[in-house]
Amino acid sequence: MELDPDDVFRDEDEDPENDFFQEKEASKEFVVYLIDASPKMFCSTCPSEEEDKQESHFHIAVSCIAQSLKAHIINRSNDEIAICFFNTREKKNLQDLNGVYVFNVPERDSIDRPTARLIKEFDLIEESFDKEIGSQTGIVSDSRENSLYSALWVAQALLRKGSLKTADKRMFLFTNEDDPFGSMRISVKEDMTRTTLQRAKDAQDLGISIELLPLSQPDKQFNITLFYKDLIGLNSDELTEFMPSVGQKLEDMKDQLKKRVLAKRIAKRITFVICDGLSIELNGYALLRPAIPGSITWLDSTTNLPVKVERSYICTDTGAIMQDPIQRIQPYKNQNIMFTVEELSQVKRISTGHLRLLGFKPLSCLKDYHNLKPSTFLYPSDKEVIGSTRAFIALHRSMIQLERFAVAFYGGTTPPRLVALVAQDEIESDGGQVEPPGINMIYLPYANDIRDIDELHSKPGVAAPRASDDQLKKASALMRRLELKDFSVCQFANPALQRHYAILQAIALDENELRETRDETLPDEEGMNRPAVVKAIEQFKQSIYGDDPDEESDSGAKEKSKKRKAGDADDGKYDYIELAKTGKLKDLTVVELKTYLTANNLLVSGKKEVLINRILTHIGK
Amino acid sequence: MARNREGLVLVLDVGPAMRSVLPDVEKACSMLLQKKLIYNKYDEVGIVVFGTEETGNELAREIGGYENVTVLRNIRVVDELAAEHVKQLPRGTVAGDFLDALIVGMDMLIKMYGNAHKGKKRMCLITNAACPTKDPFEGTKDDQVSTIAMKMAAEGIKMESIVMRSNLSGDAHERVIEENDHLLTLFSSNAIAKTVNVDSPLSLLGSLKTRRVAPVTLFRGDLEINPTMKIKVWVYKKVAEERLPTLKMYSDKAPPTDKFAKHEVKVDYDYKVTAESTEVIAPEERIKGFRYGPQVIPISPDQIETLKFKTDKGMKLLGFTEASNILRHYYMKDVNIVVPDPSKEKSVLAVSAIAREMKETNKVAIVRCVWRNGQGNVVVGVLTPNVSERDDTPDSFYFNVLPFAEDVREFPFPSFNKLPSSWKPDEQQQAVADNLVKMLDLAPSAEEEVLKPDLTPNPVLQRFYEYLELKSKSTDATLPPMDGTFKRLMEQDPELSSNNKSIMDTFRGSFEVKENPKLKKASKRLLRDKPSGSDDEDNRMITYDAKENKIDIVGDANPIQDFEAMISRRDKTDWTEKAITQMKNLIMKLVENCTDEGDKALECVLALRKGCVLEQEPKQFNEFLNHLFKLCQERNLSHLLEHFMSKKITLIPKSEAADSDIVDENAGDFIVKQESMLES
Repeated sequence: MELDPDDVFRDEDEDPENDFFQEKEASKEFVVYLIDASPKMFCSTCPSEEEDKQESHFHIAVSCIAQSLKAHIINRSNDEIAICFFNTREKKNLQDLNGVYVFNVPERDSIDRPTARLIKEFDLIEESFDKEIGSQTGIVSDSRENSLYSALWVAQALLRKGSLKTADKRMFLFTNEDDPFGSMRISVKEDMTRTTLQRAKDAQDLGISIELLPLSQPDKQFNITLFYKDLIGLNSDELTEFMPSVGQKLEDMKDQLKKRVLAKRIAKRITFVICDGLSIELNGYALLRPAIPGSITWLDSTTNLPVKVERSYICTDTGAIMQDPIQRIQPYKNQNIMFTVEELSQVKRISTGHLRLLGFKPLSCLKDYHNLKPSTFLYPSDKEVIGSTRAFIALHRSMIQLERFAVAFYGGTTPPRLVALVAQDEIESDGGQVEPPGINMIYLPYANDIRDIDELHSKPGVAAPRASDDQLKKASALMRRLELKDFSVCQFANPALQRHYAILQAIALDENELRETRDETLPDEEGMNRPAVVKAIEQFKQSIYGDDPDEESDSGAKEKSKKRKAGDADDGKYDYIELAKTGKLKDLTVVELKTYLTANNLLVSGKKEVLINRILTHIGK
Repeated sequence: MARNREGLVLVLDVGPAMRSVLPDVEKACSMLLQKKLIYNKYDEVGIVVFGTEETGNELAREIGGYENVTVLRNIRVVDELAAEHVKQLPRGTVAGDFLDALIVGMDMLIKMYGNAHKGKKRMCLITNAACPTKDPFEGTKDDQVSTIAMKMAAEGIKMESIVMRSNLSGDAHERVIEENDHLLTLFSSNAIAKTVNVDSPLSLLGSLKTRRVAPVTLFRGDLEINPTMKIKVWVYKKVAEERLPTLKMYSDKAPPTDKFAKHEVKVDYDYKVTAESTEVIAPEERIKGFRYGPQVIPISPDQIETLKFKTDKGMKLLGFTEASNILRHYYMKDVNIVVPDPSKEKSVLAVSAIAREMKETNKVAIVRCVWRNGQGNVVVGVLTPNVSERDDTPDSFYFNVLPFAEDVREFPFPSFNKLPSSWKPDEQQQAVADNLVKMLDLAPSAEEEVLKPDLTPNPVLQRFYEYLELKSKSTDATLPPMDGTFKRLMEQDPELSSNNKSIMDTFRGSFEVKENPKLKKASKRLLRDKPSGSDDEDNRMITYDAKENKIDIVGDANPIQDFEAMISRRDKTDWTEKAITQMKNLIMKLVENCTDEGDKALECVLALRKGCVLEQEPKQFNEFLNHLFKLCQERNLSHLLEHFMSKKITLIPKSEAADSDIVDENAGDFIVKQESMLES
């Protein structure tokens, strides 16, 4: 197989044996987005990121979904989704109900996997909405029209697809109307409320969960107790939990949706052995895993159909086809030591898959270089072992309080590893939960995984240059100027991935123009060019480099910096000047002479004498 | 000695005080030599032991002195014999002088290599450094050691000392130990030498770097504060997982008489249009495709080349932030170290200034990195300070990759405060837990920390090399059991647990757990404790039983799914009939004890209709629908009829199923009829 240039740089340590980190498509999800399109959604506005601009609630809902669709197609393209507006002028649904419009594109079922075309056309929905679909209040007292009821019905019918055993089914309802039947006569209102709630309950009984994404008016909070509390079946405890999530800003809403769209998937069940005779049950979640462009599918270039790859093992001596499993060999002491595949896996099997507590250490013992791969999040479960949560919370609190972490041995990976269990307290913001409460399991390296680079760069007996107080002061000023306000981990989209999907989308839709992707990871040029920042950098530079116009001069000819190859970072430190004086340059090898020349940007061509003369002329200067 | 080869002298204390740990010393050294045999088989090794009854070294012969130091092996290319030597170290009888032994080792290296191969000459001392050293003929011990160390530095000899002190016997004098430790630090400050103190056989195994990897920079270039201010840096891997060697596949197909057989196995890939066809596509007729939703998008190499994300090599500073903003669990990968270019003094200063200030103020730097020109991706990561404790080592940064927005799955989890109180610990239980976390202590002080990652060996690798060695002696050797030394890694330290027995007992007593009785036997797994790592079925990812098409009854809970699954079963012909009958019965049941609006019944009717259209069974449905309506009329279930009407359920006409005897126009008649009836 050809080598993909990017593959070379991809993580070489992706371990095929270790499927723990690949998210399994154990189940798929069916999602219906229900968007209120009543005129109220268009006239209510919220402040946007730019303070002076206002955005309509409809815009907020639609942009959230657009973003979510893109996430779906990238991360979970097996999920099936449908988009359904209600309170519309036109109608389009299988049940032919008024005021409900199921948005779709050709070559796609009403509920289906998201396609490039769907994403593209949905991106433009706001332009065509008025013409194609139209907004119209669909809850009319006299005609007993009830578009909310109809919408739930349509959504439920869409979600009939797929078995509950293998799929999660969900509806996301976007609205800013907290009291849909508020203006009706009491009797009508009661009747409509009752039927609508029953409708919702039926859906829930079928295993469909209904999630509400309410939008509040700037002057009036969305009051969930008026109607929706009963629709989504919240009890009073959950109500308080739900309330802070009532978003106002677009960003909050996007966050909300992002968090809710991905169903929580247990990556692994783990038995945590605290001591002999006491084990509790934990669930491990992969909350952080590198998103990658997906694997390459080879296609037949004439038909563009996937080709079937067949791998065969051929004996080079006889040409015979070998059958799995094939013996392995390790040359050792002039023999070939044979291992069967079974023996190799026996070697690796050294423990149960359990997590065993070994003890506790202060957090300062966990160094910055004690890391190998993304962590796993642990949260307790009382499902199989009652009492797990209590023991977990107790240890969690103690560790936070005492600023300690647990050291444990985890047998669930290949090879089994020493892990650090770091308790994380819950962090909340206006937008909801930022960090969930639980324990993060950090995989620790073994002794031989850690390299001693410091030693490589030590010069025994020679003190390394250290910054002076003035330099420290200037560095401090620089750091204050370059402080990132509100920095949060993972605020950047991966530009390479964004570009990759932009390319795919353009090709999929036969577009000539590539969707513009922005590289958010570049430094903020504007900020960097603010005079105060420029000045702070200039002063720091001045304190380090002095007036030397040449930013960085080599600290002497004796410090060679030839283009070294691996491993010899500290050999051949000759004092060339001394050697030149005593006429001993000729004792050096050509390679050593060239080292000096390269370090000083001189030509390296010619015979040895030429090289020596060139060095002498250079030193002479 | 070619470049990239190493000359190593093992200087091993075999005196009486070391006797109890010698088996572990043997294990560690043997592992070291085994790996050399595999990865660095041109490396050269000599072995010196001290504390032996007899004396056998060149210096003793030439100038006298240097007693009780024996050269077991002169420096030469590593071989089986060397591996055998270290596995049968002599048991010494006298307390040896490690300084004498070091000088012997150094002398061997100098005689062997002269002034050449700087930095490739290494001595490794393993001792408990608890025996007194002899006074020099002239000057103080300090002077003597400094002279040796300076000589080592000048000759480019590196040294590492592993000081093993777990069970110092009573006759070891504190003063001697203090003096020896002092002497060892003198080595560190005058030569490239480091001392590792270990206190258990496990960390002894971990303390010896058994695999020599030539460090390679993955980046040399600028750390750019802004376009005018740049710092020259080199980036190395600080952490990289050591794996099992890649074992080649072996073919035994060649006849035993074939002396030139290579026994190699070639992997061949065939690309076929379909699994069945024999038509093979040439590699150049293939094109790469990527999944995008349900589609696979073909992309030609040209397209990739012109369109792909392009980058310029470099590290760019984005800014600084509070260290507390970067939670530890966001580190995504193995760790890099960013050191200033050693030839650029100003860069060393700049890194030093920033690193020290960062440490002082608890800040970290966020940087964007592209390690190579044209590399197809970028990483954003965090620089944390690594302020050097040694005077001769420049300050540097650690670099950890941070996740991108796409890499994060933010699932909300319930707050612990909001969990039912029966799930939460009470005050007394909390106190018990506090006590456990405090007392089950692995780091009573910085010196006494156990299970440091830096000193913990990988048990799987240890086992592999042990097995390899056994197999080299006898092809049918069986896998040895796990080395007992590793118990300390895989289980709680029995000493620690017994010291804290009462705390552990209280903890166990306070936090009783029991298996959930509601769970079926089959799903219980907790108490099973079978010694099989990742292959344990129960530990795998949770998978769902996907055999939904085996449904054989239309149940009350999900009648529609059941019906759909059942009617599409093809393993027997009568499933369709069965599904329809069962569905009909269910609908009747729903209608008869109609409690709700009849939605469920209605949906079932719709499902039934769809199913009958699909299976071309119009009569079944039409008759049933008529029957149902009659029933509704009889029972006066008008709201149900109203519902049915709003859905405009019709009979199945000819256009939908050829067998139907209802013409299209009449399919809706039925509704009209009902409507008029309602109105009347």
